[in-house]
Amino acid sequence: MSIWLQILISLVQILFTASIILVTVAYLVYFERKISAWAQNRIGPNRVGPYGLLQPFADVLKLFFKEDIVPHAANKPIHTLAPILALVIALSTFAVIPIGPPIYIFDLKIPLVVADVNMGILYILALTSVGVYAITFSGWSSGSKYSLLGGIRSSAQMISYEISMGFSIAGVLIFSESLRPMEIVNSQAGFMWNAFVQPIGFITFVVAAFAETNRLPFDLPEAEPELVGGYHTEYSSMKFAAFFLAEYANMIIAAGLIVTLYLGGWQIPYIENLGLSYTLTTSLQILGFFVKMAAVLFFIIWVRWSLPRFRYDQLMNIGWKVMFPLSLLNLIWVAILVMLMN
Amino acid sequence: MIEQYIPIFLVLAFAITFGVVTVFSSEIFGPKRPTSEKLSTYESGMKPIGTTTERISIKYYMVAMLFIIFDLEVIFVYPWAVQFRSLYNEFGMFAFYSMLVFLIVFEIGYLYAYKKGGFNWD
Repeated sequence: MSIWLQILISLVQILFTASIILVTVAYLVYFERKISAWAQNRIGPNRVGPYGLLQPFADVLKLFFKEDIVPHAANKPIHTLAPILALVIALSTFAVIPIGPPIYIFDLKIPLVVADVNMGILYILALTSVGVYAITFSGWSSGSKYSLLGGIRSSAQMISYEISMGFSIAGVLIFSESLRPMEIVNSQAGFMWNAFVQPIGFITFVVAAFAETNRLPFDLPEAEPELVGGYHTEYSSMKFAAFFLAEYANMIIAAGLIVTLYLGGWQIPYIENLGLSYTLTTSLQILGFFVKMAAVLFFIIWVRWSLPRFRYDQLMNIGWKVMFPLSLLNLIWVAILVMLMN
Repeated sequence: MIEQYIPIFLVLAFAITFGVVTVFSSEIFGPKRPTSEKLSTYESGMKPIGTTTERISIKYYMVAMLFIIFDLEVIFVYPWAVQFRSLYNEFGMFAFYSMLVFLIVFEIGYLYAYKKGGFNWD
């Protein structure tokens, strides 16, 4: 395969996945508002377009034409850098999550993942670590106490939960014997989903994913009643929108990761026994990936509108004294399980 | 080998372009009518007391130190986790015990930090 053909394929895939993410973000916001309305016995957005379906586009268009305010007390270069960084991280992490089995076009094997690299998991961990900087920078550079507190809390929270997240992923790696997300999906064929094999690791990973994406019950960085808007209090117009977009894109990536690592990725158990044609099987598997992802996203929204927020010390206690030992136990459990199976 | 990383760089280039264009678009489209009132810190609320360049609680520093120590532990575990099955086939229980000893040594450090009050947040 020539290098230019590969670049062309990658560009098409990048545009495809990026548009999927952006459209999903728009409608995730819409569905979040609808689900919250339903949970609170309200109607929700219903004015712009049929059933309010054009509401997300109206919101974004409005933000385009808003004044960009940089407060006097802010450090302008870093204040501008922070939303760019948040957006870059949110858009580039999805590159290594496979959405389906490899497809064949004109005898050309195309993996349905933008970058099929053998260090995919390390790439995700590295980028999520850099994501902490976006929030720290925005909190520090705004020159406002609300932002500063939100930024500090957020970085403390994210680095605390990164450890239990790392250990839970190590449990998955023992089974897959590879850091390549494609191999991780392949290792969960049939009903060998990691969520069933290592339920403790699944729970610790989901909790860590909630904390990493700053979603309720872990949304202390934004805690509206005490910190106004948290780290993005001093942001307006598209800079605010960039944080908003990044937050929801991170949710989608978290859902994609949960599906890839623990819920079998695009695998549908025993679909090969049905004797369907290759094209149909592949399409069903891609559909299966998105259905699983939608279910996880619904779960994330559902939790947000059902649970109250943790206090800071409770949050850190859960992270360090509960999740960390639990994820360690899970690692040892998986190692013993592998030894028993051999 | 290096070809498989090309998409990574393309994704990063795309994301950076998208991020810069998005963030600067409202500087192009939006109005510019700054007033000193509008540019004050937390415009619609109370006047802030003091600045933000004051000291930050030492607890956050503790969190950062503990994070570095234990995140390194995670990184040490990864190569072992990826290779565990083949190591077990080759060396038997030794592959398991050697990592267990490493983890126990690390958890003594964890218990020490616990006893010293490193995990008291209130």
